[in-house]
Amino acid sequence: MKPAPFVHHAPRSLEEAVAVLGDVGHDGKILAGGQSLIPILNMRLASPAHLIDINRVAGLDSVEVTGEAVRVGALVRHAQLERHEEAHGALPLLRQALVCVAHPAIRNRGTTVGSIAHADAAGEMPAILALTDGVVEAAGPRGRRDIATGDFFQGPLETALAEDEMATAVRFRLFPAGTATAFAESARRHGDYAMAGVAAAVTVTDGVVRRALASFVSVTDVPSVLDLTDLLQGMEPASADWSTAAEAVRAHVEPEADIHASAEYRRMLAGELARRVLAQAAATALGQPATTPHAATTPHAATTKDAARHD
Amino acid sequence: MTDLTTEQLHDVTVYVNGVARSATVPARRLLSDFLRHDLGLTGTHVGCEHGVCGACTVLVDGQPMRSCLMFAVTAQDHQVTTVEGLCTAPDARPCATGERMNPAQQAFAECHGLQCGFCTPGFLTTVTAYLEENPEPSEAEAREAISGNLCRCTGYQNIVKSVLRAAEIRAERRGEQYAADPADPADPADPASTRGPAPRHTASGDGEAPR
Repeated sequence: MKPAPFVHHAPRSLEEAVAVLGDVGHDGKILAGGQSLIPILNMRLASPAHLIDINRVAGLDSVEVTGEAVRVGALVRHAQLERHEEAHGALPLLRQALVCVAHPAIRNRGTTVGSIAHADAAGEMPAILALTDGVVEAAGPRGRRDIATGDFFQGPLETALAEDEMATAVRFRLFPAGTATAFAESARRHGDYAMAGVAAAVTVTDGVVRRALASFVSVTDVPSVLDLTDLLQGMEPASADWSTAAEAVRAHVEPEADIHASAEYRRMLAGELARRVLAQAAATALGQPATTPHAATTPHAATTKDAARHD
Repeated sequence: MTDLTTEQLHDVTVYVNGVARSATVPARRLLSDFLRHDLGLTGTHVGCEHGVCGACTVLVDGQPMRSCLMFAVTAQDHQVTTVEGLCTAPDARPCATGERMNPAQQAFAECHGLQCGFCTPGFLTTVTAYLEENPEPSEAEAREAISGNLCRCTGYQNIVKSVLRAAEIRAERRGEQYAADPADPADPADPASTRGPAPRHTASGDGEAPR
């Protein structure tokens, strides 16, 4: 398994990278961490004539935390973002999900922006960008533009980036005060692609739920956010109707079967994980320790990461 | 697709185990093949070639990465440590056969952490880097640390034991090092401290599977 021949470009600046991309267009692919792209090249599922290797482009490797968002450059490795204390403080959801992204050796190389540009709905970070209502910053020969998450993901492995555009950064938007998040996924082995995963953000003020959102890994074609506010609004976290929310999740997702799990099993998992992360996020938002609402169907490999407050 | 007869070649220099090593290769040369075919360092094993098995794991600037998921041209000017380089680390010691072994290598030998040995180079590099980050792992942490490496022989039990034993050996050797030269303890926070001085690689102790 070796990649087909390609012409390697190693631009030193974003302008140079965009110029090369403008020249080669459809025949070019951006190489950042390569942890999704190189397997595809090795298996010859793709054989682009040009690879634009941005690893030497200056200025793309920083994480910036502002009052509104965590901005992540195109060369920030998953491991770098996972360990970034300021980003963790502003948006704990990032680390909650990043520790579930593949294995450490992959996170050391793979980039967060790259996994979003790859737009695999089995990836964790597209779901996280969606839940935070984030923005993808793109650059191309016609200049720069921001693309909202809702417009960015257009299909499996398909995005709104034009063939001569590249993603230069993403901005994960911060949640309002009183919001807490939780993430859980179930995989056959820790670090493998999840059979199902759910991220939740729940806002609690004056002791009751004001807003509840969930997004999904591996059970939808494109990253999508399900707004559960109507079902949960006004309820107290300790007695909220998580079962109805889980039922809504089961109705929303569209899982497919493969050798690891049937579609029905994935649907069940998505509902159960949603029940857990919603309850956990709500309890955290309230400032109470998380409770385990339902232990009967515990999938062994499910990993529920610590929830944390955002305010 | 580029015409094979006109495929462009690149002069690539990578600092492998502390030594600048160069070869002229096409852009599509994977780092794993660059190490094995172009530099003759066959300690790095190639299993699945799509990032799943972990056999080809090497340290790039001290961090474990899959060498089958990197191109040699991208590794230009970076520091790469292969399994061959582990025996030159400051905490490597001569073993019974006279070869030098770092704590992970010593522990895998002691605990029978391998059978056929094919996956072992990837485990050794992964475990060596992991102990820099977490010098005293619990059994559960040890298991998670190796979750990205596949072994089809051992059932992992002895590998988990090896990780825990490697942590002990590492701590013992750090202690000895400190006793010998309290003014200059190896800095546990510095990944460079595992890379050692820069003696040229010798072919011993590379963990090659029996043929």
